[in-house]
Amino acid sequence: MLQVSLYRYNPETDEAPFMQDFAVDTSGRDLMVLDVLELIKAEYDGSVTYRRSCREGVCGSDGLNMNGKNGLACVTPLSETVKGDKLVIRPLPGLPVIRDLVVDMSLFYAQYEKVQPYLQNPSPAPAIERLQSPEERAQLDGLYECILCACCSTSCPSFWWNPDRFIGPAGLLQAYRFLADSRDTATEERLSKLDDPFSVFRCHGIQNCVNVCPKGLNPTKAIGHIRTMLLSRAT
Amino acid sequence: MRTISFDGVIVGGGGAGMRAALQLAQSGYKTAVISKVFPTRSHTVSAQGGITCAIASADPQDDWRWHMYDTVKGSDYIGDQDAIEYMCSVGPEAIFELEHMGLPFSRTEEGRIYQRPFGGQSKNFGEGGQAARTCAAADRTGHALLHTLYQNNIKNETVFFNEWFAVDLVKNQDGAVVGVIAICIETGETVYVKSKATVFATGGAGRIYASTTNAHINTGDGMGMALRAGVPAQDMEMWQFHPTGIYGAGTLVTEGCRGEGGYLVNNDGERFMERYAPNAKDLAGRDVVARSMVLEILEGRGCGPNGDHVKLKLDHLGEDVLESRLPGICELSRTFAHVDPVKEPIPVVPTCHYMMGGIPTNVHGQALTVDASGNDAVIPGLYACGEVACVSVHGANRLGGNSLLDLVVFGRASGLFIEKSLREGIELRDASQTDIDAAGSRLEALNARESGEQVAPLRQELQEIMQNHFGVFRTGEFMREGIAKLENLRERVENVALADRSNAFNTSRIECLELQNLFETAEATAIVAEARDESRGAHAREDFTERDDENWLCHSLYHGEGKKVSKRSVNFTPQTVETFQPMARSY
Repeated sequence: MLQVSLYRYNPETDEAPFMQDFAVDTSGRDLMVLDVLELIKAEYDGSVTYRRSCREGVCGSDGLNMNGKNGLACVTPLSETVKGDKLVIRPLPGLPVIRDLVVDMSLFYAQYEKVQPYLQNPSPAPAIERLQSPEERAQLDGLYECILCACCSTSCPSFWWNPDRFIGPAGLLQAYRFLADSRDTATEERLSKLDDPFSVFRCHGIQNCVNVCPKGLNPTKAIGHIRTMLLSRAT
Repeated sequence: MRTISFDGVIVGGGGAGMRAALQLAQSGYKTAVISKVFPTRSHTVSAQGGITCAIASADPQDDWRWHMYDTVKGSDYIGDQDAIEYMCSVGPEAIFELEHMGLPFSRTEEGRIYQRPFGGQSKNFGEGGQAARTCAAADRTGHALLHTLYQNNIKNETVFFNEWFAVDLVKNQDGAVVGVIAICIETGETVYVKSKATVFATGGAGRIYASTTNAHINTGDGMGMALRAGVPAQDMEMWQFHPTGIYGAGTLVTEGCRGEGGYLVNNDGERFMERYAPNAKDLAGRDVVARSMVLEILEGRGCGPNGDHVKLKLDHLGEDVLESRLPGICELSRTFAHVDPVKEPIPVVPTCHYMMGGIPTNVHGQALTVDASGNDAVIPGLYACGEVACVSVHGANRLGGNSLLDLVVFGRASGLFIEKSLREGIELRDASQTDIDAAGSRLEALNARESGEQVAPLRQELQEIMQNHFGVFRTGEFMREGIAKLENLRERVENVALADRSNAFNTSRIECLELQNLFETAEATAIVAEARDESRGAHAREDFTERDDENWLCHSLYHGEGKKVSKRSVNFTPQTVETFQPMARSY
């Protein structure tokens, strides 16, 4: 039996959040954590609330904190996260909880929107595609794959402290995705918007973001590139 | 109940919905997208291999007419040729727009968009060998496309109602669609979203089957709402089983693997597709490959202790190709099959993937019904695009890479047409309170119900009926048994009980409403599948093994009221090219 301890909070009925225990029969299978949640919802308690969609690690819906580490429930096998027979599931830290494992991601999305995450190039587009060499395109690898699951930003102490002013690893990864795109011409404006003590420079290189990213991306490295661009621009 | 008003409301925040929304938002009309998940969590994100289009990058001589020929043949001749012509000819413009928006396509040495071979593709109307026509961003094309569209909607300040669920259509006294009833999932508030144009871009319903590549959210919400509102459903018997779902997990492995040179092997290590499709081999139509796989398994040449799957061999491509062209597949295979494709083949099995059928529409996205004399009639106020629509460019079998093109081209076309209509003026009479109450009655009943069965076991029962009775191969007798089981299930599904009555983020309530949508979709599928007594495209009957052009070179139409099946003509009159006449289909 798997001993699952689940964070519960229903704003309509609970004064405060609490942990609820479920002994779940997994029949010894190495299920994904999402499968365990589906099992609990179907067979134990239909009111357990979480987000899920693709169940294959590309939509970014089910970012959760499992035994202390952020990750996607659908691609986290029990064998990877469970020590002994205990699985503690909590919502992503640092964001307001709406209910159970569902957090309010408004601040996270607002930081993403702040970096103007879309290609900017006012010159008239050609009749075909804008050309880009494979080498130029390779600059976007490791950046464009972000699924906005928020595992990184909600594991970042700097984001916990200043979620309104520090853009956070996810937003900055996307900021750099457009700075690095040979087709984008708004480099100067983008850097100007980031050039303050909080937006970028609150990153202290703790690298929690790198450790938890379910897509194996490296926001710290991208932030380093932005810093270099900002600093070389200043001199 | 509060009313919110818009010029255009799009239900669904996937590729089709966001492309339509972008078009409308750019035009300055007051546009809203209602999406039950944050838009980038929509199922378009899972599309892998690419978007097929004759942009003449891999082959400077490539021609959209060749793409059209392949698509008509792939559809087993019940794709509408005017719609296919429109999609294939407008396609390049739509792709270049996406690139200009920033979509990070993979590139050729010349700096153009990288294109890979996909199934069913040819040069020179089937005479010039395999084409490479699928534009790709590695094997994450859907992700790249969906995020690009979301980003450009942010840029154009589209209004998003994220994590809102559309419950049912509101119709006025003239039968015109004038918006939807929707629930804000976070607060539980129910609202009437009033609109001059309501666009369904609600995606597919692969969750009617137990084994599917589809996301949990693909529950046929648009089909359910349409059928309940008296809108017919077209070609619902046509479900694509993707040849390569990962055995056990059901997650998708792109056809691009075979495009890049991978191939299927049976338990003897034989490349069996050489026997079934001597020319195209592993790149035959998906229906052909899926059936061949099932035959291999049934004839005892399957892999594994139960001989119930085959394998996809990729290791001969080398680590460099796999990591650069198919990085997502390597990741999925390691996670869900515990197999490293660099070293060993991936266990795969045909898995429910795509709904070719849907709400019948014209090329402008206008939803259609038939009038008393059997002629097409536009349903005022209602539009559909993407997987929920049946325009029909896929007919009885969709070609790989054509779904993303479909959703971009017809999302765009719907937006363009609605923009024009709004400019000319749309006059629809307001819904009365009775009309609005009627649309809210299903939700009202669910909320009031005190007893009933739980959602999860009912859903599982439905999925198992569909999996067992309406799979890759079908027989009349067995399908009739399935239909009887569904009849028994209907009342139980209608009386499903809420496990949770709270307002805040009540996913149990959403799942109950979704189950009823799944059921409507499944029943439509079952009844038309039994009625179409021939084999065509993805619809393979063991008791009617031949294609029957005399009786069935047509669309099926399913009418929810009375559960009736009728026929509708296929369009054979493209505007700029000669008609492609039906021929025997071989690869």
